[in-house]
Amino acid sequence: MSGKLYVARDSHVAARNLGGEMMVMSARNSTLYTLNPVATAIWEAADGVTPLDEIVANRICAQFDVAPEVALKDAETLVAELAGHGILVVSDRPIVRAAAATENSR
Amino acid sequence: MEQMNARAQRLGIPLGVQLDLTYRCNERCVHCYLDHDDHGEMTTAEITDLLDQLADAGTFFLNISGGEILLRKDLFPIVEYARAKSFCVKLKTNAMLIGGKEAKRIQDLGVDSVQISIYSHRPAVHDAITKVRGSLDRSIKAIRFLREQGLHVIIANVLMVQNFSDYPGVKSLAAELGVGLTIDPTITPMMDGNRKILDLNIDPKSLAEIFQDPTLLGDAPEVCTPPKGPDEDALNSTPCSAGHTAAYVSPYGDVYPCVQFPLPTGNVRRQKFLDIWRNSSGMNDVRSITLRDLPSCSACVHGGTCTRCPGLAYQEGNMRGPSLQDCEKSFARTGVPSENLKQKKLSPLELVQIHELVQIQA
Repeated sequence: MSGKLYVARDSHVAARNLGGEMMVMSARNSTLYTLNPVATAIWEAADGVTPLDEIVANRICAQFDVAPEVALKDAETLVAELAGHGILVVSDRPIVRAAAATENSR
Repeated sequence: MEQMNARAQRLGIPLGVQLDLTYRCNERCVHCYLDHDDHGEMTTAEITDLLDQLADAGTFFLNISGGEILLRKDLFPIVEYARAKSFCVKLKTNAMLIGGKEAKRIQDLGVDSVQISIYSHRPAVHDAITKVRGSLDRSIKAIRFLREQGLHVIIANVLMVQNFSDYPGVKSLAAELGVGLTIDPTITPMMDGNRKILDLNIDPKSLAEIFQDPTLLGDAPEVCTPPKGPDEDALNSTPCSAGHTAAYVSPYGDVYPCVQFPLPTGNVRRQKFLDIWRNSSGMNDVRSITLRDLPSCSACVHGGTCTRCPGLAYQEGNMRGPSLQDCEKSFARTGVPSENLKQKKLSPLELVQIHELVQIQA
């Protein structure tokens, strides 16, 4: 992938941090996913307007001590996989929603 | 899901909470255990504050029920707030007030599923139970609207004397509508303690026919095989999720271990939910109980396989005692009487009480 990528949590998921593990369920098919720490960090930062490379630089590289290029490549693969499961939305432009309520998944 | 539940239990997290928004209802089902008068329901602000607390406590599954939830004018703002807090929201409703617009809104909000009570495929029988003429037609219309939106719908078929022979018809109806189905022969006592409605329970002989219906059973030999008695794992097990990973909150803020377990543990209008959950003597008493602590059930051959509900046992007088309704289910399933039934020396072939169909209100 080249160029900026933007990621946002799908509007039809439920999520909760259960003792340090992020559990995510898609309302489309009621499948439950457990996210590892890296995926959790991306998930929590996926506001639709912060580019993925910034998320990786600010949340992944610092916390997990990994080189930016490696981390970004892995993150791109990860978000594509999560998008395939319908729990993240990935776009090459900012994802802005009309919903008024702020999202807050702990 | 099992791992999630096990983790929540280890951490003491109330993973699933049923929140009844109102006991008001536009039906008057003959078997309903609720007082339908409004005694001061929580306001929208009280409910959203509660949702904040539940999210902080780790609650993931939020079952919103009643009464009839569509009678709350603030239902959709509440659901929207809950979804913004990332709850997995499931709705329970008779759906009579769900049209195309409401169905679309429910879909847009990302609700996980909608459960709808259907008592029979025959309008005369269903409407006699709800006491509302035309209620079956309206509920089915609503199911079609919800399905058009791609929503996951489940029909809940409570069986009682008036309708138990109609469950095959309800099963066919569910298949035709493309929805799931749950069947339950449990009649819950009134919340005020009145047990008269238990007269609506199916007789033991008919219950046995239902429990041994091969079209309803998954692994029939496994379900119906006479039990061997509880092993060590079973004796150390907890009865159910009530008070462990599940709780119930009434429209008036009362917190119980479960909707069917009306043991008062606190009220969120006076206390924080997490304080009640973690520190109330009632919740901690419930959590302390394992099968080993139950005097007659621990010695019962059904100990490891019974669906004993501690809430029904509590309503029979002792949360550490047996639940007669579950004793009868175990007997219906296997033909082996429980310790409790043997002690009561009940005959499995009691006379069937004849009940008139309730007249539909005009």
